[in-house]
Amino acid sequence: MKAAVLVFPGSNREVDVAQAIELVTGRKPEMVWHGDGDFAKTDLIVVPGGFSYGDYLRCGAMAAQSPVMVEVKRRAGQGVPVLAICNGFQIAAEAGLLPGVLMRNAHLKFVCADVHLKVETSQSLFTNRYQAGQVIRVPVAHAEGNYFADAETLKRLEDRGQVAFRYCAPDGTVDGSGNPNGSIENIAGVFNEAKTVMGLMPHPENAVEPMFGGCDGRALFEGLVEALT
Amino acid sequence: MTQPVKLPNEPAITPQIVADHGLSPDEYQRVLAIMGRTPTLVELGIFSAMWSEHCSYKSSKVWLKKLPTTAPWVIQGPGENAGVIDIGDGQAAIFKMESHNHPSYIEPYQGAATGVGGILRDVFTMGARPVANLNALRFGEPQHPKTRHLVSGVVAGIGGYGNCMGIPTVGGETNFHAAYNGNILVNAMTVGIAPANRIFYAAAAGVGNPLVYVGSKTGRDGIHGATMASTEFNDDSEEKRPTVQVGDPFVEKLLLEACLELMATDAIVAIQDMGAAGLTSSSFEMAAKGGLGVIVELDKVPMRETGMNPYELMLSESQERMLIVLKPGREALARRIFEKWELDFAVIGHLTDTERMVLSWHGDIVGDIPIPPLVTEAPVYERPWTLTPLPAVLDPASVAAPKDWRASLVTLMSCPDLASKAWIWRQYDHLIMGNTAIRPQDGDAAVVRVPRGSSGIGHKGLAMTSDCTPRYVQAHPETGGRQAVAEAWRNITAVGATPLAVTDNMNFGNPQKPEIMGQFAGAIMGMAEACKALDFPVVSGNVSLYNETEGKPILPTPTIGAVGVIEDIAHAVGSRITQGGLAIVLLGETAGWLGQSLYLREILGREEGAPPPVDLAAERRNGDFVRGEIVGRRVAACHDLSDGGLLVGLAEMCLAGGTGATVKLPAGTSLPHAFLYGEDQGRYLVATDDGGALIAAAQAAGVPAVQLGYSGGPDLIVEGLLSIALSDLRAVHESWLPDYMNSMNSAA
Repeated sequence: MKAAVLVFPGSNREVDVAQAIELVTGRKPEMVWHGDGDFAKTDLIVVPGGFSYGDYLRCGAMAAQSPVMVEVKRRAGQGVPVLAICNGFQIAAEAGLLPGVLMRNAHLKFVCADVHLKVETSQSLFTNRYQAGQVIRVPVAHAEGNYFADAETLKRLEDRGQVAFRYCAPDGTVDGSGNPNGSIENIAGVFNEAKTVMGLMPHPENAVEPMFGGCDGRALFEGLVEALT
Repeated sequence: MTQPVKLPNEPAITPQIVADHGLSPDEYQRVLAIMGRTPTLVELGIFSAMWSEHCSYKSSKVWLKKLPTTAPWVIQGPGENAGVIDIGDGQAAIFKMESHNHPSYIEPYQGAATGVGGILRDVFTMGARPVANLNALRFGEPQHPKTRHLVSGVVAGIGGYGNCMGIPTVGGETNFHAAYNGNILVNAMTVGIAPANRIFYAAAAGVGNPLVYVGSKTGRDGIHGATMASTEFNDDSEEKRPTVQVGDPFVEKLLLEACLELMATDAIVAIQDMGAAGLTSSSFEMAAKGGLGVIVELDKVPMRETGMNPYELMLSESQERMLIVLKPGREALARRIFEKWELDFAVIGHLTDTERMVLSWHGDIVGDIPIPPLVTEAPVYERPWTLTPLPAVLDPASVAAPKDWRASLVTLMSCPDLASKAWIWRQYDHLIMGNTAIRPQDGDAAVVRVPRGSSGIGHKGLAMTSDCTPRYVQAHPETGGRQAVAEAWRNITAVGATPLAVTDNMNFGNPQKPEIMGQFAGAIMGMAEACKALDFPVVSGNVSLYNETEGKPILPTPTIGAVGVIEDIAHAVGSRITQGGLAIVLLGETAGWLGQSLYLREILGREEGAPPPVDLAAERRNGDFVRGEIVGRRVAACHDLSDGGLLVGLAEMCLAGGTGATVKLPAGTSLPHAFLYGEDQGRYLVATDDGGALIAAAQAAGVPAVQLGYSGGPDLIVEGLLSIALSDLRAVHESWLPDYMNSMNSAA
């Protein structure tokens, strides 16, 4: 699998995701600077976490307008898979690649903690190594991860199986206790309609080694390798 | 030398202006002797900044010299932007702790944020990529009307800056005490990693080499004496600017990446961040360390607003700026890198052989100061000092036992100093970079992975902690100083790492009072003794004096930041008891020392007695033994015993790992409360699957050891005294701080 990781001014988890990809594929992804309108053909585009453009104006709003995103949108339209994590999710939502918005956390504070996620479907490039209903543990680290979509959009998401992950309690119960940011319907990650673009607030790239946060995020990258190699 | 031109509306130097700059009449006489004439206002401002307590260490210098600063692994001791130690495999750890106390009290968010920004720059200006942040915070009593606001702002500021920079904040400490009601302490520490042969220093070299300004533009924030400058200089009533700097972590992130990119080339001769006293101290220090002179063309400095004058430019403390001396001909290369990162880049002068700092402004000379005398003639004070006498030792038999054991443990575990600080560290990204092996509250020190690079296999770990027990230092500064160092050493040891070096952040009151100077002197004596005995040199540090309000000083707080290395990170242990059936073993001598204990303060409302003594030989013997057992993989969990004593330590281990324990007092324990709540030093509580073997090994090493019981079950039980469900203990331990922060009125 050939992967490209975008780098915006203020990106800061691009190294984490690059290391996770290298760990799983044995191959370093290409790092693509935001000012570059073009980059080599790739099997996967990753929009990483961080504070692109300082999160000024609104998280992801400025990065969504950068030259490289024009190309990303074009390729996504052709079906090139895009994995958008945290700030990447915010950027992808701002760019219109994914439905919904990410608002300030309900408690108004940054939160860094392990959370539990319920895998909603194994029927995607990103989740094929998980079982539907499986509970995994990965960290979150964000101040604006409160997912929101209007009722109509939500219904469409649910009907078409576009919810990828939901926050849950360790036993898999989806209720307020496991929700770190107030996201509607506990939504932690969503797909586009074709399920070729996935955005999620949690950081699977920080859960790929037993001593450093556990291994529950690893299957996401392994699944991508399986699907895209 | 040149007689500088007088700027329009420049005021005459009056005794009042001299006093407003914090220079004493005697110090001003020295200025006149050095200059041979009346200084211009900008020159006076430079003297004022360079001879300030903050920059010159004039009250503390004679004492700081007493600290040991060398060891075979020390690459750079105090005097540079940060300390540098060799951690093997061709790698160096670069670290320092610095205070941002006064600004954080005035404007907690920006004060704390720029404290983090400043210490990060100190570390990456030497060529290191920062890998971890820690912070030591002291707030006033929870009931004080300002405390909640200060906690909220400081924590948000630290998180806001560190999170955006993408550096994990992995450790620290937070205390509350009425002595900090008027002066909180915000001590921020950064640790970075660099190739040992690629360290960058501040000493300028090469006459004619360009002096380059990079980063943010200079504004009017943080100008010392800004009020006077803007009213008298500008003719009319320009808005008074706050003296607290405003941070922009996004720009600092760009600055970090741009600097590291430039450092990977061979373009840099010297580099220095603009911190306190901004352009003044950075340009001055670079020239002074290189034995050279410098011409600064102030009109070329990138400015945030129009109408700024030389005085403001030299004294602004705008953040996210660096000064670089480049090799000749490398300007274009460097400019490309900084422009890629959308940062300002300007050649603002060059080095000379005159040993003078010459300031020009649109072609006119507006300042001309000889550099060497400003260093050699700088005031140094041997202020009078009175040592704090050792208080009477408190007889534990005179201290009442708890009426209700369960209630006593609940009270302690939910008291402000011992309650969980998760509300704080969950607002800090402590996982970014993917290297955090021991997280906050999971061990005595944070441990992050350091990849060995190409030179070896496996990963080593860097262990970091920050420690001080101010109530001990207040009671007896020498003991308290010794204890702060010993506890930092012990915390590094308790994860299995070898303690290597220390950064000290000395927070005290007004040094012109002999009893405060005596606290400083005593703390240094104790620290020096402990650092020597433990081979734990001081490689960097910072002094913050005048932490007083209306004559009331803070508790003397010499915060010790420490770093150690564990060769194989897989051997590191935390303090979490995660399984049943493990033997719980106490290592070290327990006499039952209740003087200055939290039991005494929180349960009985008494702050008295001598603090626990620190036997440095026993400390070393016990610690070396424990470390050997940990790296020999014979220990499942380890926790040093400090605040609250044995029972609190055990409760913390059980809560962290979610496993209970049943222990009983050793036969012949006459005062259970002294045994369980005493704060005797040099002790560790260990969980191991073979208690007998550990005790035998301890005895062979001369380390007192006793097995207290076993882990397991949902409860914490001390036979015959108390039994409490961990879930109940967790509820009180974890709820105090969030409940306090969420409560609406200021009465806690």
